[in-house]
Amino acid sequence: MGVLEQVIQQLINGISLGSVYALIALGYTMVYGIIKLINFAHGEIFMIGSFVGYFFNTSFDLSSKITARWPAMEGTFSVYFIDIIATIGVAMIVCATLGMVVERLAYKPLRGAHRVAALMTAVGVSLFFQNLAIYWIGAEPKGYPRLLPSQNYNFLGATISNRQIMIVGSTILLMVLLQYIVHKTKMGKAMRAVSLDKDAARLMGINVDATISFTFAIGSALAAAGGILYSSTYGRVEPLLGLLPGLKAFVSAVLGGIGIIPGAALGGLILGISEAGVSALGYSTIRDAVAFAILIVILLIKPTGILGKNVREKV
Amino acid sequence: MRKKLWITMLVLAMIFAVALTGCGGGQEESDEIVIGAVFGMTGDIATFGQSSKEAIEMRVKEVNESGGVLGRQVRVVFEDNKSLATETALAVEKLIEQDEVVAIIGAIASTNTLAGAPIAQDAGVPMISGTSTAESVTEVGDYIFRACFIDPFQGRVAAQFALQNLEAKTAAVLTDVGSDYSMGLRDVFVENFTAGGGKVVQTSEFVVQDTDFNAVLTNVKAQNPDVVYVPAYYNSVGLILAQAADLGIDATFIGTDGWDSPTLFELAGDAANGHFFTNHYSPDADVPEVQDFIAAYGAAYNGKTPDALAALGYDAFNMTLDAITRAGSTDGEAIRDALAETAGFVGVCGTITMDEKRNPIKSAVMIEIKDQKQVYNATVSPE
Repeated sequence: MGVLEQVIQQLINGISLGSVYALIALGYTMVYGIIKLINFAHGEIFMIGSFVGYFFNTSFDLSSKITARWPAMEGTFSVYFIDIIATIGVAMIVCATLGMVVERLAYKPLRGAHRVAALMTAVGVSLFFQNLAIYWIGAEPKGYPRLLPSQNYNFLGATISNRQIMIVGSTILLMVLLQYIVHKTKMGKAMRAVSLDKDAARLMGINVDATISFTFAIGSALAAAGGILYSSTYGRVEPLLGLLPGLKAFVSAVLGGIGIIPGAALGGLILGISEAGVSALGYSTIRDAVAFAILIVILLIKPTGILGKNVREKV
Repeated sequence: MRKKLWITMLVLAMIFAVALTGCGGGQEESDEIVIGAVFGMTGDIATFGQSSKEAIEMRVKEVNESGGVLGRQVRVVFEDNKSLATETALAVEKLIEQDEVVAIIGAIASTNTLAGAPIAQDAGVPMISGTSTAESVTEVGDYIFRACFIDPFQGRVAAQFALQNLEAKTAAVLTDVGSDYSMGLRDVFVENFTAGGGKVVQTSEFVVQDTDFNAVLTNVKAQNPDVVYVPAYYNSVGLILAQAADLGIDATFIGTDGWDSPTLFELAGDAANGHFFTNHYSPDADVPEVQDFIAAYGAAYNGKTPDALAALGYDAFNMTLDAITRAGSTDGEAIRDALAETAGFVGVCGTITMDEKRNPIKSAVMIEIKDQKQVYNATVSPE
């Protein structure tokens, strides 16, 4: 393997890790954009999404049900495809509902209160879910169903696995879908209006509460998809799964400019690639330190993030 | 109001006082031999602690049914150190101060044992770890023993095996930077592999919380070594093996007794096949002590096969009982002297003789992973 191939390989590693950060970061950024809340429980939604996928996949075992019915399909791509879509779909629906419930029970009553109160509640919700998962499921990490049989492809001299393709592909797909929802649908227009000015939006007849609920649902669904992709690639799930990826995604969101959707994607990719790069240079133990150092430097130079605009705080 | 509060506090304090003295008094009167055990029953290496505990509980029952030790019943107090060093120190202190144990079995990871050992040494209570392989553990003092071989030996066996049995010329080493165990084994492996004519082409470090090893493994792949030595625990190793397979690395991975857990197969699946690790015992070994132990353990726990942690915890516990019997007393100093004189003690993991540094002289086995099962490959004896 030459130097060029190594660089390409590390880029592939970085992009697939960064894609997951981007998926989680979208949830942070959308929620912040609309109600100016940093939803620290978002990493736990990611973890719960991963667990929902785990239990759906191991106990329901859709792929063997399909092959029992139609034996000819055994081992074909479509079986795995249906299985993956179903697993991710179920987790997304469950987490979207959960996201809305959390918003309704924990954040909505505090909407008029000081922002710090809502922030502390978010930390509380995060700890609540972590410990609930430890209590119900146990702290011991579990091996994750790999969803796809391992297969590698050669890409410009580097190796790319089908799981890495799956991660990047699903991320791109979900982001295109999100762009469509935000920019081409009525609900998307409402979301943009609410994030711009809540009171004016209400005066225009927009149902602000429903719009906020919808935002939480979409953000949580994306986190659930991210959770399954992450766990099936790295092969494990545990109650504290969301801790570090959640934090990194938060950094990605701030890095790209919090509240700005393309910024979250950009931030995620920058973080993923820089982590792979730092590890590749042999400093894997200070990888996280470098990630946070990047954040500090960017915030010093451009406090609103890379894509952030300078908007004066409303008084 | 204030008066009421004072009275409530006073009453509470009295209840506590009565409860505390009540406990202490009860123990002094009873004629039991109380032995402490400190294992991680939750946390990063939880399955290790659970199997050690099961083996000891099984043995306690046997011993008590056949009349106990020195004609007295044996009771073991288990403490969970949550696989953490600070918790181990607290647990050892609690066992000595509150439970007044005559000896302590544990802990499992060297890092944790090192945190508890100085306390046991100062109190003059013998502490016997079943599994702490770091050399420094028994250097804490003359009350600290172990039932397993030490790191240099495991690293030496792995290097010897790689050079001779696998005919490897080059090696890469991946270590957990936060673990004394991992770093200690790395040094010994590198030293022996180089001395034997091999070349170490790459050393990389990771931290135990890592889940993404792709970047580090890509570096390994670029060097294309014959073997990769990973002296680490199963949680990280499972992910490393799975990701190495995804990256298409075809080197043989060699590990240590830290790999010995069913969770490894759960995490790595078929990616674990074809790799090797050094261990203390193999359930396949055709020795009566091993087969008897497996039968008894299986009978007690629904046919479960004991792992090496169960076997070593069992050996450590039996060594202690043997020492108490030979000492004829439960005095700390007498037990210590008896333990130091242990010679030709037949345990499940081989015949143990203590050297002057309180480390057993015994053999190691090399396990190969085939079809997600551990298969006995070779026995390597100390030179």
